[in-house]
Amino acid sequence: MLTYVVRRILTMIPTLLAISAIVFVIIQLPPGDYFTSLVNELQSRGESVDAAKLAFLKEQYGFDKPVYLQYFHWLVGMLNGDFGYSFEHDQPVSAVVGDRLFFTFIVSFTTIIFTWAVAFPIGVYSAVRQYSVGDYGLTFIGFIGLATPNFLLALVLQYLAHIWFDVSIGGLVDPEFVDEPWSWAKAVSVMQHIWIPVIVIGTAGTAGMIRRLRANLLDELSKQYVITARAKGLHPMKALLKYPLRSALNPFIADIGILLPQIISGAAIVSVILSLPTTGPMLLRALQSQDMYLAGSFLMFLATLTVIGTLLSDLALAVLDPRIRLSGGRQR
Amino acid sequence: MTDASPPIPHFVNKAPFDANESKSITEEQRQYYLASQWQLMWWKLRRHRLAVISGIFLAVTYSTILVSEALAPYDLHTRHTEYLFAPPQKVRVLHEGSLQRPFVYGLKVDLDLTALRWVYTDDRSQRFPIRFFCSGKDYPGATYEFWNLFEGSFHLVCPSPGGQLFLLGTDRLGRDMFSRILYGARISLTVGLIGIMISIFLGIIIGGVAGYYGGLVDSIVQRTIEIIRSFPELPLWMALSAALPVTWSPVAVFLGITVILGLLDWPGLARAVRSKLLALREEDFCLAAELMGAPPKRVIARHLLPSFMSHLIASATLSIPGMILAETALSFLGLGLRPPITSWGVLLNEAQNINVVALYPWLMLPVLPVILVVLAFQFFGDGLRDAADPYK
Repeated sequence: MLTYVVRRILTMIPTLLAISAIVFVIIQLPPGDYFTSLVNELQSRGESVDAAKLAFLKEQYGFDKPVYLQYFHWLVGMLNGDFGYSFEHDQPVSAVVGDRLFFTFIVSFTTIIFTWAVAFPIGVYSAVRQYSVGDYGLTFIGFIGLATPNFLLALVLQYLAHIWFDVSIGGLVDPEFVDEPWSWAKAVSVMQHIWIPVIVIGTAGTAGMIRRLRANLLDELSKQYVITARAKGLHPMKALLKYPLRSALNPFIADIGILLPQIISGAAIVSVILSLPTTGPMLLRALQSQDMYLAGSFLMFLATLTVIGTLLSDLALAVLDPRIRLSGGRQR
Repeated sequence: MTDASPPIPHFVNKAPFDANESKSITEEQRQYYLASQWQLMWWKLRRHRLAVISGIFLAVTYSTILVSEALAPYDLHTRHTEYLFAPPQKVRVLHEGSLQRPFVYGLKVDLDLTALRWVYTDDRSQRFPIRFFCSGKDYPGATYEFWNLFEGSFHLVCPSPGGQLFLLGTDRLGRDMFSRILYGARISLTVGLIGIMISIFLGIIIGGVAGYYGGLVDSIVQRTIEIIRSFPELPLWMALSAALPVTWSPVAVFLGITVILGLLDWPGLARAVRSKLLALREEDFCLAAELMGAPPKRVIARHLLPSFMSHLIASATLSIPGMILAETALSFLGLGLRPPITSWGVLLNEAQNINVVALYPWLMLPVLPVILVVLAFQFFGDGLRDAADPYK
């Protein structure tokens, strides 16, 4: 078990390195850099450019150095907690980002909990009552949930809330709490607002999870040990709960690796529409204005969140499932 | 026992004796056993009602993009400057209690100065019958360049001369939404097709190499796939399309977006190809072919390729909706396609502001075709996947 954990953590390092390289290439891709566009813009408005500040920033971030040195500089900086400088906000990235990472984490985490809480009873019901009216109905709803893109759902929900209840469902806290320090009242306000984004982001993942849980449980229920248990007169409930359900639950943990990128993707665009204070809107803005270190930090953060989530799910799976623990790896 | 009942007649089957009768099969069975794999797949797909309906829907939708110009009543860019944000007009058949051929009432425009919006009401004194299969140049936006090749003015439906026909309302610049949605289908639907071709091409080559050579190549490919997959898709797409130079022409941006979508979609297909190749290599029919002396080339081309081609097509069909959605999302955010190229995402870009949508909800209508097409692809792909393995 210990070797498995150590090996699993060690394989994370090259993955993160590769991701950081890809992120760096992407943020370097647009022709020119923030300074060229800034200088152009200022000069077109006839304003003077603060040459000293420009030179200082260029030197500080090594824009005059070759690209691989810039990458190295960025990487080492990140390891030391220095994520670079947001040119647009004229502040270090870590100061700009602030609460946004925390909110992204909260939204993603709540969405996973929501997915579990909804998928579990529905999946079990559809498997146990296969081909019943309820099963067909739920499967159909699940299909629609899977097909409806979450940002369109957000758009429609926002419109309906506007015309039916005349309330705005955007934001994650009531306006009066936005710049307040954390308090009990603020947490309650977050709880009241988080439902809409969580439902919107979680729908597709929930529908997928229901289908997988149903398929797994059906596979398990048709195995001979279940038939034997039933033939010997074991209570149906016990014949369901004791073993079949336990082994059918694996995807709950294993699929976090699939679910997390999906949720984070969904959160990115849904938060633009619902104007949530998460990473999405700021990432969009940073990408549009070529604020490269801010955009790079966001991309890096989102990818890291996914990688760590997958790691945790792999470790949890190893704890839960002796087959994986003993063979030393997950069979895909 | 004197009264002799007539003896039971002895039954003799006159038909010629066939010793193999129990082994013979009916014509129907014979057809089934001799049917090709594709034939069997077609039979199995046909039984999947929802998939067939979806397939027909997709076929119809895709064929409309061939003749968008003739189906749309107006040209893509025609502006009706006196009818900004006009609501959808109702098609009516009853006028003052009497049955008429389909018509729309005229529109009366007022400016609401308190809410600062245009208010439209039906002008019941004016009736504009809808014309069908018309070929007139007698209203603005009637002429078009068919595929930029030759000029035409034939339309399936036209407004009366001097009247309007805004079936789904107009947008900010007074352009007919119905026509724009029909034209938008052209871009939105082809993005997925071009993207999936790139993705299939890369998937077959990379997955095939990994599955065929195994060993080091395989592990490198596997690691690469894992790294790409651990990226949340949408932020990556956003970053890449933001990297497309703003100086590019809209057509170049369109191609750039499709290439980005294709380049990031192959891992799923490559993984499917690889695992299928590995599994099929161990199958009995493969071993049989090898034992009968078939060279590897024949085994791959005659036996392996056809067996996983069907799976590949099924999984490719299932990833087209993802691409359509990705394009819609990117254009919606303003990072994807730009006007004058019109896709459903570009149309939805106008519906970004909730205050505008609340006043003019018909701007949200492009949502409907997106959802319908995506659903149809899901059902159709599901049916294909079930049918892809007809021997099960």
